[in-house]
Amino acid sequence: MSTDFATLVRDDRVLTPMYTDEAIFEEEMDRIFKSTWVWVAHASDVPAGNTFKTSWVGREPVIVTRDKQGKIHTLLNRCRHRAASVCEKRKGKASVFVCPYHGWSYDVDGTLRKVPHINGYGEGLDTADYSLVSLRTEEYNGMIFATFKDDIQPLVDFLGPAKKWIDLFMKQGGGYGVKTLGEHRFRFPGNWKIQLENTTDAYHFPIVHKTFLDSLDPEAENVFQVLAHGGWVEDLGNGHSVMVMIPDLIDLEENLDAPIPQRFEELAKELAAEGMPDEQVRRVVRAVGGSGFNLNLFPNVACSMAFFRVLRPIEVNETEIMHVAIGMDGGPDAANRMRLRLHEHFQGPMGFGTPDDAEGWERVQRGARAGQDLWIMVNRGVDAPEGVAAPGHNAGDVSAETGMRAAYQMWKRMMTA
Amino acid sequence: MSTIAEPLNRSEAAAAPSLQDAIQFVWAEADMLDRLDYKAWLPLWTENGRYIVPTERDVSDYDDRLNIVNDDAEMRQARVKRLLSGFSMSSAPPARTVRTVSRFVPVAVEDGAITLRAAMIMVEYKYERMRTMAADVVYRIVSTADGLKLDRKIVTLVNCDDYQHGIGYLL
Repeated sequence: MSTDFATLVRDDRVLTPMYTDEAIFEEEMDRIFKSTWVWVAHASDVPAGNTFKTSWVGREPVIVTRDKQGKIHTLLNRCRHRAASVCEKRKGKASVFVCPYHGWSYDVDGTLRKVPHINGYGEGLDTADYSLVSLRTEEYNGMIFATFKDDIQPLVDFLGPAKKWIDLFMKQGGGYGVKTLGEHRFRFPGNWKIQLENTTDAYHFPIVHKTFLDSLDPEAENVFQVLAHGGWVEDLGNGHSVMVMIPDLIDLEENLDAPIPQRFEELAKELAAEGMPDEQVRRVVRAVGGSGFNLNLFPNVACSMAFFRVLRPIEVNETEIMHVAIGMDGGPDAANRMRLRLHEHFQGPMGFGTPDDAEGWERVQRGARAGQDLWIMVNRGVDAPEGVAAPGHNAGDVSAETGMRAAYQMWKRMMTA
Repeated sequence: MSTIAEPLNRSEAAAAPSLQDAIQFVWAEADMLDRLDYKAWLPLWTENGRYIVPTERDVSDYDDRLNIVNDDAEMRQARVKRLLSGFSMSSAPPARTVRTVSRFVPVAVEDGAITLRAAMIMVEYKYERMRTMAADVVYRIVSTADGLKLDRKIVTLVNCDDYQHGIGYLL
Protein backbone atom coordinates (compact mmCIF):
# COMPACT_ATOMS: atom_id res chain seq x y z
CA MET A 1 0.00 0.00 0.00
CA SER A 2 1.63 3.14 -1.18
CA THR A 3 -0.91 5.74 -0.08
CA ASP A 4 0.43 8.12 2.49
CA PHE A 5 -2.68 8.28 4.65
CA ALA A 6 -1.46 11.32 6.54
CA THR A 7 -1.74 13.44 3.39
CA LEU A 8 -5.47 12.67 3.07
CA VAL A 9 -6.40 14.36 6.32
CA ARG A 10 -5.61 17.93 7.28
CA ASP A 11 -6.87 19.65 10.40
CA ASP A 12 -9.89 21.14 8.65
CA ARG A 13 -10.44 19.01 5.52
CA VAL A 14 -10.11 15.55 4.04
CA LEU A 15 -9.39 14.52 0.46
CA THR A 16 -12.19 13.08 -1.71
CA PRO A 17 -10.67 9.58 -2.21
CA MET A 18 -11.49 9.05 1.49
CA TYR A 19 -15.00 8.28 0.20
CA THR A 20 -14.19 6.60 -3.08
CA ASP A 21 -10.92 4.67 -3.02
CA GLU A 22 -11.32 0.90 -2.60
CA ALA A 23 -7.74 0.42 -1.49
CA ILE A 24 -8.21 2.93 1.33
CA PHE A 25 -11.38 1.11 2.36
CA GLU A 26 -9.56 -2.22 2.52
CA GLU A 27 -6.91 -0.69 4.75
CA GLU A 28 -9.57 0.87 6.99
CA MET A 29 -11.16 -2.52 7.57
CA ASP A 30 -7.82 -3.74 8.86
CA ARG A 31 -6.32 -0.72 10.57
CA ILE A 32 -9.52 0.55 12.14
CA PHE A 33 -12.25 -2.09 12.34
CA LYS A 34 -9.88 -4.91 13.23
CA SER A 35 -7.84 -2.73 15.56
CA THR A 36 -10.20 -0.99 17.95
CA TRP A 37 -13.32 -1.46 20.05
CA VAL A 38 -16.34 -2.02 17.84
CA TRP A 39 -19.90 -1.96 19.22
CA VAL A 40 -21.63 -5.32 18.78
CA ALA A 41 -24.75 -5.34 20.97
CA HIS A 42 -26.65 -3.88 23.88
CA ALA A 43 -26.83 -5.95 27.05
CA SER A 44 -30.61 -6.29 26.68
CA ASP A 45 -30.08 -8.06 23.35
CA VAL A 46 -28.71 -10.99 25.35
CA PRO A 47 -30.87 -10.68 28.48
CA ALA A 48 -30.25 -14.09 30.06
CA GLY A 49 -27.98 -17.10 30.06
CA ASN A 50 -27.95 -18.98 26.74
CA THR A 51 -29.21 -16.07 24.69
CA PHE A 52 -27.45 -14.70 21.63
CA LYS A 53 -27.50 -12.06 18.96
CA THR A 54 -25.67 -12.10 15.65
CA SER A 55 -23.68 -9.00 14.83
CA TRP A 56 -20.59 -7.74 13.02
CA VAL A 57 -17.12 -6.51 13.80
CA GLY A 58 -16.31 -4.60 10.63
CA ARG A 59 -16.96 -7.09 7.85
CA GLU A 60 -16.71 -10.17 10.05
CA PRO A 61 -19.91 -11.84 11.25
CA VAL A 62 -19.99 -12.66 14.95
CA ILE A 63 -22.34 -14.16 17.49
CA VAL A 64 -22.66 -12.30 20.78
CA THR A 65 -23.66 -14.76 23.49
CA ARG A 66 -24.30 -14.72 27.21
CA ASP A 67 -23.37 -17.89 29.07
CA LYS A 68 -25.14 -19.26 32.11
CA GLN A 69 -22.73 -17.45 34.41
CA GLY A 70 -23.73 -14.19 32.75
CA LYS A 71 -20.46 -13.68 30.92
CA ILE A 72 -20.69 -12.22 27.43
CA HIS A 73 -18.72 -13.68 24.54
CA THR A 74 -18.18 -12.49 20.98
CA LEU A 75 -17.49 -15.43 18.69
CA LEU A 76 -16.61 -15.47 15.02
CA ASN A 77 -19.58 -17.04 13.27
CA ARG A 78 -17.62 -19.69 11.40
CA CYS A 79 -17.09 -23.34 12.06
CA ARG A 80 -13.47 -24.21 12.71
CA HIS A 81 -13.79 -27.24 10.44
CA ARG A 82 -14.63 -25.95 6.97
CA ALA A 83 -15.94 -22.46 7.71
CA ALA A 84 -19.73 -22.80 7.52
CA SER A 85 -21.63 -20.25 9.60
CA VAL A 86 -22.97 -21.86 12.75
CA CYS A 87 -25.85 -19.43 13.37
CA GLU A 88 -28.10 -17.59 10.93
CA LYS A 89 -30.69 -16.21 13.32
CA ARG A 90 -30.83 -12.57 14.39
CA LYS A 91 -31.27 -13.36 18.06
CA GLY A 92 -32.72 -15.96 20.32
CA LYS A 93 -31.95 -18.67 22.81
CA ALA A 94 -29.43 -21.43 22.33
CA SER A 95 -27.38 -23.62 24.63
CA VAL A 96 -25.33 -24.97 21.74
CA PHE A 97 -24.43 -23.94 18.18
CA VAL A 98 -24.33 -26.85 15.78
CA CYS A 99 -22.64 -26.47 12.44
CA PRO A 100 -25.20 -27.61 9.83
CA TYR A 101 -22.55 -29.06 7.52
CA HIS A 102 -20.85 -31.85 9.50
CA GLY A 103 -22.41 -31.41 12.90
CA TRP A 104 -19.57 -29.94 14.95
CA SER A 105 -21.18 -28.45 18.02
CA TYR A 106 -20.03 -25.54 20.16
CA ASP A 107 -20.91 -24.30 23.63
CA VAL A 108 -22.05 -20.69 24.00
CA ASP A 109 -18.56 -19.73 25.14
CA GLY A 110 -17.21 -21.12 21.87
CA THR A 111 -15.74 -24.37 23.23
CA LEU A 112 -15.91 -27.21 20.72
CA ARG A 113 -18.18 -29.70 22.45
CA LYS A 114 -18.53 -32.56 20.04
CA VAL A 115 -17.24 -33.74 16.66
CA PRO A 116 -19.28 -36.47 14.93
CA HIS A 117 -17.29 -39.62 14.10
CA ILE A 118 -14.21 -38.16 15.73
CA ASN A 119 -12.39 -41.48 15.34
CA GLY A 120 -12.01 -40.55 11.66
CA TYR A 121 -9.27 -38.22 12.81
CA GLY A 122 -7.35 -41.05 14.49
CA GLU A 123 -5.41 -39.44 17.32
CA GLY A 124 -5.03 -36.22 15.37
CA LEU A 125 -7.78 -33.84 16.60
CA ASP A 126 -7.50 -32.07 19.92
CA THR A 127 -10.90 -30.37 20.32
CA ALA A 128 -9.32 -27.77 22.61
CA ASP A 129 -7.57 -26.34 19.54
CA TYR A 130 -10.80 -25.75 17.64
CA SER A 131 -13.02 -23.49 19.70
CA LEU A 132 -14.92 -20.80 17.84
CA VAL A 133 -12.59 -17.81 17.71
CA SER A 134 -13.49 -15.64 20.68
CA LEU A 135 -12.87 -11.90 20.58
CA ARG A 136 -12.01 -9.78 23.55
CA THR A 137 -15.31 -8.37 24.79
CA GLU A 138 -16.00 -5.62 27.31
CA GLU A 139 -19.10 -3.76 28.41
CA TYR A 140 -19.82 -0.31 29.72
CA ASN A 141 -23.29 0.57 31.03
CA GLY A 142 -24.97 -1.94 28.73
CA MET A 143 -22.92 -1.08 25.64
CA ILE A 144 -21.04 -4.20 24.51
CA PHE A 145 -17.94 -3.82 22.39
CA ALA A 146 -15.55 -6.40 20.95
CA THR A 147 -12.09 -6.19 19.46
CA PHE A 148 -9.64 -8.41 17.60
CA LYS A 149 -6.81 -6.80 19.59
CA ASP A 150 -5.71 -8.16 22.92
CA ASP A 151 -3.18 -5.41 23.49
CA ILE A 152 -5.25 -2.23 23.14
CA GLN A 153 -6.43 -0.23 26.13
CA PRO A 154 -9.43 -1.38 28.16
CA LEU A 155 -12.82 -0.23 26.88
CA VAL A 156 -13.34 2.20 29.77
CA ASP A 157 -10.11 3.98 28.92
CA PHE A 158 -10.96 4.01 25.22
CA LEU A 159 -14.30 5.66 26.03
CA GLY A 160 -12.77 8.09 28.51
CA PRO A 161 -14.90 11.24 28.88
CA ALA A 162 -17.58 9.65 26.68
CA LYS A 163 -18.55 7.49 29.66
CA LYS A 164 -20.27 10.43 31.35
CA TRP A 165 -22.45 10.94 28.27
CA ILE A 166 -23.28 7.25 28.03
CA ASP A 167 -24.45 7.41 31.63
CA LEU A 168 -26.59 10.45 30.87
CA PHE A 169 -28.01 8.79 27.78
CA MET A 170 -29.04 5.70 29.71
CA LYS A 171 -31.28 7.84 31.93
CA GLN A 172 -33.82 7.22 29.17
CA GLY A 173 -34.47 4.02 31.06
CA GLY A 174 -36.56 6.24 33.35
CA GLY A 175 -35.41 4.27 36.36
CA TYR A 176 -36.18 0.91 34.75
CA GLY A 177 -33.04 0.43 32.71
CA VAL A 178 -32.70 0.59 28.95
CA LYS A 179 -33.94 -2.18 26.69
CA THR A 180 -33.77 -2.51 22.92
CA LEU A 181 -37.24 -2.66 21.33
CA GLY A 182 -36.46 -3.44 17.69
CA GLU A 183 -34.39 -2.10 14.87
CA HIS A 184 -34.63 -0.47 11.49
CA ARG A 185 -31.99 -1.49 9.00
CA PHE A 186 -31.22 0.33 5.82
CA ARG A 187 -28.36 0.74 3.41
CA PHE A 188 -27.22 3.67 1.38
CA PRO A 189 -24.82 3.63 -1.55
CA GLY A 190 -22.08 5.62 0.09
CA ASN A 191 -19.00 5.47 2.26
CA TRP A 192 -19.33 4.75 5.99
CA LYS A 193 -17.61 7.97 7.02
CA ILE A 194 -20.40 10.03 5.46
CA GLN A 195 -22.71 8.54 8.04
CA LEU A 196 -20.16 8.91 10.80
CA GLU A 197 -19.99 12.63 10.04
CA ASN A 198 -23.76 13.01 9.97
CA THR A 199 -24.33 12.05 13.59
CA THR A 200 -22.30 15.06 14.63
CA ASP A 201 -23.81 17.41 12.03
CA ALA A 202 -26.50 19.72 13.41
CA TYR A 203 -25.98 22.06 10.48
CA HIS A 204 -28.02 19.86 8.11
CA PHE A 205 -30.95 19.39 10.45
CA PRO A 206 -33.19 22.36 9.67
CA ILE A 207 -32.55 21.93 5.93
CA VAL A 208 -32.77 18.19 5.43
CA HIS A 209 -35.40 17.64 8.10
CA LYS A 210 -37.66 20.57 7.38
CA THR A 211 -40.54 18.19 6.62
CA PHE A 212 -40.05 16.42 9.94
CA LEU A 213 -40.12 19.76 11.76
CA ASP A 214 -43.26 20.75 9.83
CA SER A 215 -44.98 17.59 11.07
CA LEU A 216 -44.58 18.51 14.76
CA ASP A 217 -46.75 20.61 17.01
CA PRO A 218 -45.35 24.14 17.49
CA GLU A 219 -43.91 23.36 20.92
CA ALA A 220 -42.08 20.23 19.75
CA GLU A 221 -40.99 22.01 16.59
CA ASN A 222 -39.35 24.64 18.75
CA VAL A 223 -37.55 21.98 20.79
CA PHE A 224 -36.16 20.47 17.57
CA GLN A 225 -34.84 23.82 16.27
CA VAL A 226 -31.49 22.35 17.17
CA LEU A 227 -29.39 25.33 16.14
CA ALA A 228 -31.33 27.73 18.36
CA HIS A 229 -30.72 26.54 21.90
CA GLY A 230 -27.10 27.43 22.55
CA GLY A 231 -25.80 23.92 22.08
CA TRP A 232 -22.27 22.87 21.31
CA VAL A 233 -20.01 20.16 19.94
CA GLU A 234 -17.25 18.81 22.15
CA ASP A 235 -14.28 16.63 21.25
CA LEU A 236 -14.10 13.78 23.77
CA GLY A 237 -10.86 12.25 22.54
CA ASN A 238 -10.16 9.02 20.60
CA GLY A 239 -12.43 10.22 17.78
CA HIS A 240 -15.48 10.45 20.04
CA SER A 241 -17.55 13.60 20.32
CA VAL A 242 -20.80 14.85 21.72
CA MET A 243 -23.12 17.27 19.99
CA VAL A 244 -25.50 18.90 22.44
CA MET A 245 -28.54 20.23 20.60
CA ILE A 246 -31.01 20.70 23.43
CA PRO A 247 -29.10 21.60 26.61
CA ASP A 248 -32.31 21.37 28.65
CA LEU A 249 -32.42 17.65 27.84
CA ILE A 250 -28.91 16.68 28.87
CA ASP A 251 -29.92 15.30 32.25
CA LEU A 252 -33.35 13.68 32.14
CA GLU A 253 -33.54 13.49 35.91
CA GLU A 254 -33.39 17.27 36.23
CA ASN A 255 -36.15 19.83 35.65
CA LEU A 256 -38.82 17.34 36.62
CA ASP A 257 -41.02 20.23 37.77
CA ALA A 258 -41.19 21.70 34.29
CA PRO A 259 -44.62 21.64 32.60
CA ILE A 260 -45.30 18.46 30.65
CA PRO A 261 -44.98 19.15 26.92
CA GLN A 262 -48.20 19.05 24.95
CA ARG A 263 -47.35 15.95 22.98
CA PHE A 264 -46.84 13.98 26.20
CA GLU A 265 -49.96 15.17 28.02
CA GLU A 266 -52.03 12.18 27.00
CA LEU A 267 -49.33 9.74 28.06
CA ALA A 268 -48.95 11.51 31.41
CA LYS A 269 -52.70 11.23 32.00
CA GLU A 270 -52.65 7.55 31.08
CA LEU A 271 -49.79 6.81 33.48
CA ALA A 272 -51.44 8.79 36.27
CA ALA A 273 -54.68 6.88 35.65
CA GLU A 274 -52.71 3.66 36.13
CA GLY A 275 -51.84 4.91 39.60
CA MET A 276 -48.29 6.06 39.00
CA PRO A 277 -47.18 8.79 41.44
CA ASP A 278 -46.77 12.23 39.89
CA GLU A 279 -43.01 12.41 40.32
CA GLN A 280 -42.55 9.09 38.55
CA VAL A 281 -44.93 10.12 35.79
CA ARG A 282 -42.76 13.17 35.20
CA ARG A 283 -39.61 11.10 35.20
CA VAL A 284 -41.01 8.54 32.75
CA VAL A 285 -42.47 11.18 30.46
CA ARG A 286 -39.21 13.08 30.35
CA ALA A 287 -37.35 9.86 29.61
CA VAL A 288 -39.78 9.02 26.78
CA GLY A 289 -38.87 12.26 25.03
CA GLY A 290 -35.22 11.24 24.77
CA SER A 291 -31.93 13.00 25.32
CA GLY A 292 -30.91 16.30 23.80
CA PHE A 293 -27.57 15.16 22.43
CA ASN A 294 -25.81 12.83 20.02
CA LEU A 295 -22.80 10.98 21.38
CA ASN A 296 -20.68 9.79 18.47
CA LEU A 297 -18.36 6.92 19.33
CA PHE A 298 -15.62 6.16 16.85
CA PRO A 299 -15.89 4.13 14.68
CA ASN A 300 -19.35 2.56 14.52
CA VAL A 301 -21.95 3.57 17.08
CA ALA A 302 -23.80 6.61 18.32
CA CYS A 303 -26.14 7.22 21.20
CA SER A 304 -28.31 9.52 19.17
CA MET A 305 -31.00 11.40 21.10
CA ALA A 306 -33.37 8.47 21.60
CA PHE A 307 -31.81 5.49 19.81
CA PHE A 308 -28.59 3.72 18.94
CA ARG A 309 -27.27 4.33 15.47
CA VAL A 310 -24.90 1.60 14.35
CA LEU A 311 -23.00 1.65 11.09
CA ARG A 312 -21.50 -1.28 9.23
CA PRO A 313 -19.20 -0.76 6.27
CA ILE A 314 -20.13 -3.08 3.39
CA GLU A 315 -18.03 -1.73 0.56
CA VAL A 316 -16.27 1.54 -0.13
CA ASN A 317 -19.58 2.88 -1.50
CA GLU A 318 -22.13 0.87 0.49
CA THR A 319 -22.96 1.16 4.19
CA GLU A 320 -25.60 -0.46 6.34
CA ILE A 321 -27.17 1.48 9.19
CA MET A 322 -29.15 0.12 12.06
CA HIS A 323 -31.40 2.40 14.08
CA VAL A 324 -32.08 0.54 17.29
CA ALA A 325 -35.22 1.61 19.13
CA ILE A 326 -34.86 1.62 22.90
CA GLY A 327 -37.30 1.80 25.75
CA MET A 328 -37.71 1.05 29.42
CA ASP A 329 -36.98 -2.48 30.55
CA GLY A 330 -40.16 -3.47 32.36
CA GLY A 331 -41.47 0.07 32.08
CA PRO A 332 -45.10 1.01 31.39
CA ASP A 333 -46.42 -0.38 28.10
CA ALA A 334 -47.94 2.96 27.19
CA ALA A 335 -44.56 4.65 27.55
CA ASN A 336 -42.76 2.05 25.45
CA ARG A 337 -45.47 2.19 22.80
CA MET A 338 -44.98 5.93 22.59
CA ARG A 339 -41.21 5.42 22.26
CA LEU A 340 -41.89 3.07 19.34
CA ARG A 341 -44.22 5.53 17.61
CA LEU A 342 -41.75 8.40 18.09
CA HIS A 343 -38.97 6.23 16.66
CA GLU A 344 -41.10 5.30 13.66
CA HIS A 345 -41.95 8.96 13.10
CA PHE A 346 -38.37 9.99 12.32
CA GLN A 347 -36.37 6.80 11.86
CA GLY A 348 -36.27 3.94 9.45
CA PRO A 349 -36.61 3.45 5.70
CA MET A 350 -39.95 5.31 5.59
CA GLY A 351 -39.52 7.64 8.56
CA PHE A 352 -39.94 11.38 8.24
CA GLY A 353 -36.18 11.86 8.68
CA THR A 354 -34.10 8.86 7.66
CA PRO A 355 -34.94 8.67 3.94
CA ASP A 356 -33.83 12.26 3.52
CA ASP A 357 -30.61 11.60 5.40
CA ALA A 358 -29.97 8.55 3.24
CA GLU A 359 -30.66 10.53 0.08
CA GLY A 360 -28.32 13.26 1.23
CA TRP A 361 -25.52 10.78 1.92
CA GLU A 362 -26.05 9.15 -1.44
CA ARG A 363 -25.80 12.56 -3.06
CA VAL A 364 -22.44 13.06 -1.32
CA GLN A 365 -21.16 9.80 -2.78
CA ARG A 366 -22.49 10.68 -6.24
CA GLY A 367 -20.93 14.11 -6.08
CA ALA A 368 -17.63 12.70 -4.89
CA ARG A 369 -17.18 11.03 -8.27
CA ALA A 370 -16.14 14.46 -9.44
CA GLY A 371 -12.91 16.14 -8.38
CA GLN A 372 -10.75 13.50 -6.70
CA ASP A 373 -8.26 16.27 -5.99
CA LEU A 374 -10.84 18.40 -4.17
CA TRP A 375 -11.24 18.61 -0.42
CA ILE A 376 -14.21 17.71 1.75
CA MET A 377 -14.44 20.74 4.03
CA VAL A 378 -14.98 20.21 7.74
CA ASN A 379 -13.73 23.61 8.83
CA ARG A 380 -17.00 25.06 10.11
CA GLY A 381 -17.37 26.41 13.65
CA VAL A 382 -17.10 29.29 16.06
CA ASP A 383 -16.47 29.15 19.79
CA ALA A 384 -18.77 27.12 21.99
CA PRO A 385 -20.84 29.12 24.49
CA GLU A 386 -18.71 30.09 27.49
CA GLY A 387 -18.26 27.41 30.11
CA VAL A 388 -20.38 24.61 28.63
CA ALA A 389 -17.68 22.18 27.58
CA ALA A 390 -15.42 20.35 30.02
CA PRO A 391 -12.20 22.26 30.73
CA GLY A 392 -9.47 21.35 28.27
CA HIS A 393 -11.81 19.91 25.67
CA ASN A 394 -11.82 21.34 22.20
CA ALA A 395 -15.36 22.58 21.52
CA GLY A 396 -17.33 24.61 19.01
CA ASP A 397 -20.83 25.92 18.54
CA VAL A 398 -23.65 23.45 17.87
CA SER A 399 -23.22 23.60 14.11
CA ALA A 400 -19.44 23.34 14.26
CA GLU A 401 -17.74 20.46 12.47
CA THR A 402 -15.64 19.83 15.55
CA GLY A 403 -16.88 16.24 15.91
CA MET A 404 -15.99 15.40 12.33
CA ARG A 405 -12.53 16.85 12.79
CA ALA A 406 -12.14 14.76 15.94
CA ALA A 407 -13.15 11.60 14.07
CA TYR A 408 -10.81 12.31 11.18
CA GLN A 409 -7.88 12.97 13.48
CA MET A 410 -8.53 9.57 15.07
CA TRP A 411 -8.78 8.07 11.59
CA LYS A 412 -5.40 9.55 10.75
CA ARG A 413 -3.87 8.34 13.99
CA MET A 414 -5.07 4.78 13.40
CA MET A 415 -4.28 4.66 9.69
CA THR A 416 -0.73 5.87 10.18
CA ALA A 417 0.03 3.88 13.34
CA MET B 1 -52.74 -25.93 3.51
CA SER B 2 -55.28 -24.77 0.97
CA THR B 3 -56.18 -21.25 1.91
CA ILE B 4 -58.47 -20.77 -1.03
CA ALA B 5 -60.65 -23.56 0.31
CA GLU B 6 -61.06 -21.86 3.68
CA PRO B 7 -64.79 -21.45 4.16
CA LEU B 8 -65.90 -17.86 4.13
CA ASN B 9 -68.56 -16.85 6.54
CA ARG B 10 -71.02 -15.81 3.91
CA SER B 11 -74.04 -15.62 6.15
CA GLU B 12 -72.96 -12.28 7.58
CA ALA B 13 -71.61 -11.06 4.30
CA ALA B 14 -74.66 -9.48 2.87
CA ALA B 15 -73.20 -6.00 2.51
CA ALA B 16 -69.56 -7.01 2.13
CA PRO B 17 -67.77 -5.84 -0.99
CA SER B 18 -67.54 -8.50 -3.66
CA LEU B 19 -64.14 -9.99 -4.37
CA GLN B 20 -64.19 -8.43 -7.81
CA ASP B 21 -65.04 -4.97 -6.45
CA ALA B 22 -62.35 -5.31 -3.81
CA ILE B 23 -59.74 -6.28 -6.40
CA GLN B 24 -60.66 -3.33 -8.58
CA PHE B 25 -60.36 -1.08 -5.52
CA VAL B 26 -56.88 -2.46 -4.82
CA TRP B 27 -55.81 -1.93 -8.40
CA ALA B 28 -57.11 1.62 -8.37
CA GLU B 29 -55.17 2.26 -5.17
CA ALA B 30 -51.97 0.80 -6.64
CA ASP B 31 -52.37 2.98 -9.71
CA MET B 32 -52.89 6.04 -7.52
CA LEU B 33 -49.71 5.33 -5.60
CA ASP B 34 -47.61 4.83 -8.74
CA ARG B 35 -48.93 8.14 -10.03
CA LEU B 36 -48.22 9.86 -6.69
CA ASP B 37 -51.88 10.86 -6.50
CA TYR B 38 -51.63 10.98 -2.72
CA LYS B 39 -54.33 13.60 -2.23
CA ALA B 40 -56.82 11.21 -3.76
CA TRP B 41 -55.37 8.37 -1.68
CA LEU B 42 -56.13 9.93 1.71
CA PRO B 43 -59.94 9.82 1.38
CA LEU B 44 -59.76 6.15 0.39
CA TRP B 45 -59.32 5.38 4.09
CA THR B 46 -61.78 4.90 6.93
CA GLU B 47 -61.38 7.26 9.84
CA ASN B 48 -59.80 4.58 12.00
CA GLY B 49 -57.87 2.97 9.19
CA ARG B 50 -54.34 1.73 9.83
CA TYR B 51 -51.52 1.65 7.31
CA ILE B 52 -48.76 -0.65 8.51
CA VAL B 53 -45.38 -1.74 7.14
CA PRO B 54 -43.88 -4.08 9.75
CA THR B 55 -40.26 -4.97 10.47
CA GLU B 56 -41.13 -8.55 11.35
CA ARG B 57 -43.25 -11.27 9.82
CA ASP B 58 -46.09 -13.06 11.60
CA VAL B 59 -46.77 -10.29 14.08
CA SER B 60 -50.18 -10.09 15.70
CA ASP B 61 -49.92 -6.86 17.70
CA TYR B 62 -48.18 -4.24 15.62
CA ASP B 63 -48.59 -1.49 18.21
CA ASP B 64 -46.20 -3.20 20.61
CA ARG B 65 -43.57 -3.75 17.92
CA LEU B 66 -41.33 -1.52 15.91
CA ASN B 67 -42.70 -0.97 12.42
CA ILE B 68 -41.44 0.84 9.36
CA VAL B 69 -44.85 2.52 9.17
CA ASN B 70 -47.73 2.42 11.63
CA ASP B 71 -49.98 5.27 10.56
CA ASP B 72 -53.35 6.38 11.80
CA ALA B 73 -55.28 9.08 9.96
CA GLU B 74 -53.23 11.92 11.44
CA MET B 75 -49.90 10.33 10.50
CA ARG B 76 -51.12 9.50 6.98
CA GLN B 77 -52.10 13.11 6.54
CA ALA B 78 -48.72 14.29 7.80
CA ARG B 79 -46.92 11.74 5.63
CA VAL B 80 -48.70 12.83 2.48
CA LYS B 81 -48.06 16.47 3.30
CA ARG B 82 -44.37 15.66 3.68
CA LEU B 83 -44.13 13.62 0.49
CA LEU B 84 -45.84 16.31 -1.57
CA SER B 85 -44.14 19.29 0.09
CA GLY B 86 -41.21 19.47 -2.28
CA PHE B 87 -38.88 19.90 0.70
CA SER B 88 -38.08 16.24 1.27
CA MET B 89 -35.12 15.41 -0.93
CA SER B 90 -35.93 11.68 -0.99
CA SER B 91 -39.37 12.40 -2.38
CA ALA B 92 -38.74 15.44 -4.54
CA PRO B 93 -38.70 13.58 -6.77
CA PRO B 94 -39.09 10.08 -5.38
CA ALA B 95 -37.99 6.97 -7.21
CA ARG B 96 -40.38 6.10 -10.02
CA THR B 97 -42.39 3.00 -9.25
CA VAL B 98 -44.38 0.45 -11.19
CA ARG B 99 -46.27 -2.09 -9.13
CA THR B 100 -48.64 -4.93 -9.75
CA VAL B 101 -50.88 -6.56 -7.17
CA SER B 102 -52.19 -10.06 -7.77
CA ARG B 103 -52.56 -13.56 -6.29
CA PHE B 104 -55.60 -12.43 -4.36
CA VAL B 105 -56.89 -14.70 -1.63
CA PRO B 106 -60.03 -13.77 0.28
CA VAL B 107 -59.20 -14.31 3.93
CA ALA B 108 -62.39 -13.25 5.67
CA VAL B 109 -65.75 -11.83 4.79
CA GLU B 110 -67.61 -10.09 7.58
CA ASP B 111 -70.54 -7.81 7.81
CA GLY B 112 -69.74 -5.10 5.34
CA ALA B 113 -66.06 -5.96 5.02
CA ILE B 114 -63.75 -8.21 3.09
CA THR B 115 -60.16 -9.00 3.93
CA LEU B 116 -57.82 -10.01 1.13
CA ARG B 117 -54.32 -11.28 0.99
CA ALA B 118 -52.32 -10.45 -2.11
CA ALA B 119 -48.85 -10.31 -3.62
CA MET B 120 -47.31 -7.03 -4.65
CA ILE B 121 -44.31 -6.87 -6.95
CA MET B 122 -42.82 -3.46 -7.51
CA VAL B 123 -39.88 -2.05 -9.38
CA GLU B 124 -38.44 1.32 -8.43
CA TYR B 125 -36.04 3.41 -10.44
CA LYS B 126 -33.84 6.30 -9.45
CA TYR B 127 -30.27 7.38 -10.17
CA GLU B 128 -29.34 4.80 -12.83
CA ARG B 129 -30.57 1.98 -10.64
CA MET B 130 -33.52 -0.42 -10.59
CA ARG B 131 -34.62 -2.25 -7.48
CA THR B 132 -37.24 -4.95 -7.17
CA MET B 133 -39.38 -5.20 -4.09
CA ALA B 134 -41.96 -7.81 -3.17
CA ALA B 135 -44.51 -7.86 -0.41
CA ASP B 136 -47.38 -9.82 1.00
CA VAL B 137 -50.18 -7.32 1.44
CA VAL B 138 -53.31 -7.67 3.52
CA TYR B 139 -56.20 -5.35 2.72
CA ARG B 140 -59.34 -4.91 4.77
CA ILE B 141 -61.91 -3.13 2.65
CA VAL B 142 -65.27 -2.00 3.96
CA SER B 143 -68.49 -0.89 2.33
CA THR B 144 -69.66 2.54 3.42
CA ALA B 145 -72.29 4.96 2.26
CA ASP B 146 -69.38 6.72 0.56
CA GLY B 147 -68.36 3.64 -1.37
CA LEU B 148 -65.52 1.23 -0.57
CA LYS B 149 -62.93 2.34 1.97
CA LEU B 150 -59.60 0.97 3.05
CA ASP B 151 -59.66 0.07 6.74
CA ARG B 152 -56.38 -1.75 7.06
CA LYS B 153 -53.41 -2.24 4.80
CA ILE B 154 -50.44 -4.25 6.00
CA VAL B 155 -47.51 -4.36 3.62
CA THR B 156 -45.11 -7.07 4.75
CA LEU B 157 -42.04 -6.82 2.58
CA VAL B 158 -40.50 -10.17 1.73
CA ASN B 159 -37.30 -8.91 3.42
CA CYS B 160 -39.01 -6.81 6.08
CA ASP B 161 -36.62 -8.03 8.78
CA ASP B 162 -33.54 -7.25 6.72
CA TYR B 163 -32.17 -3.98 5.39
CA GLN B 164 -34.10 -1.69 3.06
CA HIS B 165 -32.99 1.39 1.24
CA GLY B 166 -34.59 4.77 1.83
CA ILE B 167 -38.17 4.71 0.49
CA GLY B 168 -39.41 8.15 -0.53
CA TYR B 169 -42.90 7.10 -1.64
CA LEU B 170 -45.86 5.06 -0.39
CA LEU B 171 -45.96 1.26 -0.52
